[in-house]
Amino acid sequence: MTRTAGRPRRTVRTRRNTELALVLAAVLIAVLGYAEVGVNIDGTVPADAAEYGAALGVLALLAHAVVRWRARYADPLPLPIGVLLNGIGLVVIYRLDRATPGGGAAPTQLLWSTLGVALFIAVVVLLRDHKRLRRYAYIGALVALVLLVLPIFFPPVYGSRIWITVGPLSFQPGEFAKILLAVFFAAYLAVHRDALALTGRRVLGFQLPRGRVLGPVLLIWAAFVGVLVLETDLGTSLLFFGLFVVMLYVATARSGWIAIGLFLAAVAAVGVGWLSPHVHSRVNDWLDPLGSIAEGRGANQIAQSLFAFAWGGELGSGLGNGHSVLIGFAAKSDFILATIGEELGLTGLIALFLLYALLVARGFRTGIALRDPFGRLLAIGLASIVGLQVFVVAGGVLDLIPLTGMTLPFVAQGGSSVVTNWIIVALLVRMSDIARRPSAGEV
Amino acid sequence: MALGRSRGGGPQGRPGISVTGRRAGTFCLLLTVALCVQATRVQVFRADELDHNPANQRLTIERYSQPRGNLLVGADSVTGSEPTGGRYDYKRTYTDGPLYAAVTGYSSQAYGNTQLEGTEDDLLSGTDSRLASWAVWDAVARKQNPGGDVYTTIDRAAQQAAMRGLGGQQGAVAAIEPATGRILALASTPSYDPGSFAGSSAVDQEAWNRLQADADQPMLNRALRQTYPPGSTFKVVTAAAALQHGVVTDPDAPTGAPYPYVLPGTTTPLVNDTPVCDEPGQSLDTAMVHSCNSVLGYLGVQVGLERMVETAADFGFNDPRLDVPVRPARSNFDTRMNESQLALSSIGQFDTAATPLVMAMVAAGVANNGAVMRPQLVDKLTKQDGTTVQLMRPAAYRQAMSPAVAGQVQRLMTDVVENGTGRNARIGGAVVGGKTGTAQHGVDNSGTPYAWFIAWAKPAGSGAVAPVAVAVVIADSDATDVTGGALAAPIARSVMQAVLGR
Repeated sequence: MTRTAGRPRRTVRTRRNTELALVLAAVLIAVLGYAEVGVNIDGTVPADAAEYGAALGVLALLAHAVVRWRARYADPLPLPIGVLLNGIGLVVIYRLDRATPGGGAAPTQLLWSTLGVALFIAVVVLLRDHKRLRRYAYIGALVALVLLVLPIFFPPVYGSRIWITVGPLSFQPGEFAKILLAVFFAAYLAVHRDALALTGRRVLGFQLPRGRVLGPVLLIWAAFVGVLVLETDLGTSLLFFGLFVVMLYVATARSGWIAIGLFLAAVAAVGVGWLSPHVHSRVNDWLDPLGSIAEGRGANQIAQSLFAFAWGGELGSGLGNGHSVLIGFAAKSDFILATIGEELGLTGLIALFLLYALLVARGFRTGIALRDPFGRLLAIGLASIVGLQVFVVAGGVLDLIPLTGMTLPFVAQGGSSVVTNWIIVALLVRMSDIARRPSAGEV
Repeated sequence: MALGRSRGGGPQGRPGISVTGRRAGTFCLLLTVALCVQATRVQVFRADELDHNPANQRLTIERYSQPRGNLLVGADSVTGSEPTGGRYDYKRTYTDGPLYAAVTGYSSQAYGNTQLEGTEDDLLSGTDSRLASWAVWDAVARKQNPGGDVYTTIDRAAQQAAMRGLGGQQGAVAAIEPATGRILALASTPSYDPGSFAGSSAVDQEAWNRLQADADQPMLNRALRQTYPPGSTFKVVTAAAALQHGVVTDPDAPTGAPYPYVLPGTTTPLVNDTPVCDEPGQSLDTAMVHSCNSVLGYLGVQVGLERMVETAADFGFNDPRLDVPVRPARSNFDTRMNESQLALSSIGQFDTAATPLVMAMVAAGVANNGAVMRPQLVDKLTKQDGTTVQLMRPAAYRQAMSPAVAGQVQRLMTDVVENGTGRNARIGGAVVGGKTGTAQHGVDNSGTPYAWFIAWAKPAGSGAVAPVAVAVVIADSDATDVTGGALAAPIARSVMQAVLGR
């Protein structure tokens, strides 16, 4: 095979039209869902269905146009998946608004989605190469730490100090911090992975890296988890811990880290569970979700969540036909998945899980396809964040693991969550564009 | 080897990021699989158990999310549903609640469903699979069908006459159409309004607590769920057994009954209420007309335990599952007794106990030429659009006696009304057969006696089966003359008049 200079060896398919079709399909699905809620609750399509569809459509098409303009080789899947998940979230939040007196969370969520898409556009346009992020890794980690500490000065919400409230606005800094932390881990591990894997003393048959190498990363990580434990934000500390272990393993290929990680996690879990009554009761609820009923204290949140899932069965009751009001105050955030399970059934739930799995898989794929270690680790880290968070939330409300209180990416009510996840998708789009872009010689 | 980058470019032969990344990806995939497995476990395998958990309100909410089907008397609904504006969209209403309470029972969001509201609940609430047009698809799609309607066999005029007759007294009436077993009236007093606690509010709870605390037990269905010693009305069963089994062949011929009749194995004579009875060898007819204890007690012993039990069972005694479809209390005639106990039982005392329903079956069986029909409270079940779901057909229960014997017992009963203790039940232009009963009870018979009357009536000159048979019991009256003839017979008469006058 001979290469002819200056001419493409093969035409690289950009797949932009595929993305356009998928984006439009995602918008259509969301609009149909919105209409279904109206039909099932009021017997008629909501009056603002067209405007709502237009708003979501404009946002999605804008994002698509920017990808076409600035990242034409990007993976065609992350954007449509983001649009679809965000759209489903808006539909379900609108549906839950209808069951809540004075509920108006859907318009707010649409506003946050707009901001999220704006940030998506900003990242795709401004960040021409993800490698530039490496320079800000340490600063980012510091900012993240400050963001995490701030909520301590604000009043606790439902027992956790994880919110910053300014007037009518409130956001969870932990959500933003996770991206900054992934960037820091990726930057640090990309530089030090050989040292971490190969050097150091052998202790009890296990090779410990030198303190100089391991120290800073361990310190940062401990600071994060320490703050989170103080704020009793167990979901986020579990997520950060998992992210650290996964990235350390991917970087060094030493499975011993996983063993140590799991051991430390177990020690911490038992310790926290023993010290904090809040956690203790959650573990009890996990082990015996229906126990409170037998004790005459009524159904707890997990029991209500399981009732909702069970009522949905295989096909679900249809959007708007469930009884989410029984789930309680966290229906729009932590327990939104229970409403999805009730109204869309097992079919809808598995479709949703597969959607997340697809997004995560595309992230890993991008990581593997990239050439620079920083980018590889970052893509894998970001994908792991989504995968781990979905597992922690869904596992919690499905009683697979103890409930820790996190938001379902893109779907749950909450501005910080939506905005952060749009940034994650933007980074994946940016990196996949670089990974799939034909090399200079091929263009 | 030292810095060789084989297997994906990792240092020192270690796997590189391509390999570890794939492994981490596989791990994330496994997490997804775990979620799918758990979701399937909850939504498919544990769904039924969770749906039926008492703390889960979904079934209840679903049940009250649409108007309940109705119970009808004739062509008119005696129930309804009204929107509540609360979590449970609809609650039950009753038109003339106290009048039909013994028929309908109640349907309460807080206290459940009883009687027809309970036995026909699947149909009324719409969950009965027979209401579905496409049963399998409806089950998959969880389509909720509108509730169906239950047409009762109750005759409005008869029911009103029964309740009016009972008035403020504690008592019950059961009326049956002898040829079909259709229950025409089912009344119990004091009554209650089932609509007063149909909802789930504090007001409903108060009404319920008041009814529960009431010493008069207004929520007890005395026509179906309470047994009383039937007293002399049971003599109709004894007479039928004696004639059916050949112990007496001619009702007008002298019997071998001695006077005084000393209960076998004791020194206690069986006493009578009137001196007419105090002669040996009185005929069965005289004994029935004057309700002679000594004669009927003696005849019961002559029939023998086994055959007395058999005849009593043919009328509905000792049947624990005589569902109409509401389940009545079991009427009792002991199956193991010595002769003196049998003699007492044969005049409706000792352990003999009957519901008004079963005593109405006794009168109806006699009127229907010996064929006892299975009593039925439901005529047909329909969908909301009127399509019939199920039509109840008359069903034979037992043949208690031959038509010839039934004819003889009918004559005995008409004699009671024309010449004996049942004169208060006479109706102009009608043939009426009846039997009074006044049952002593309480310690040393200290309680107010139960006043009984069972009867049937048909237009004079009619060769057809009497259109109505009735049993009346007054359990607690403040009248001075507590006898079946004085208290219960007039009520029976007005109920029968209501049916005959249709």
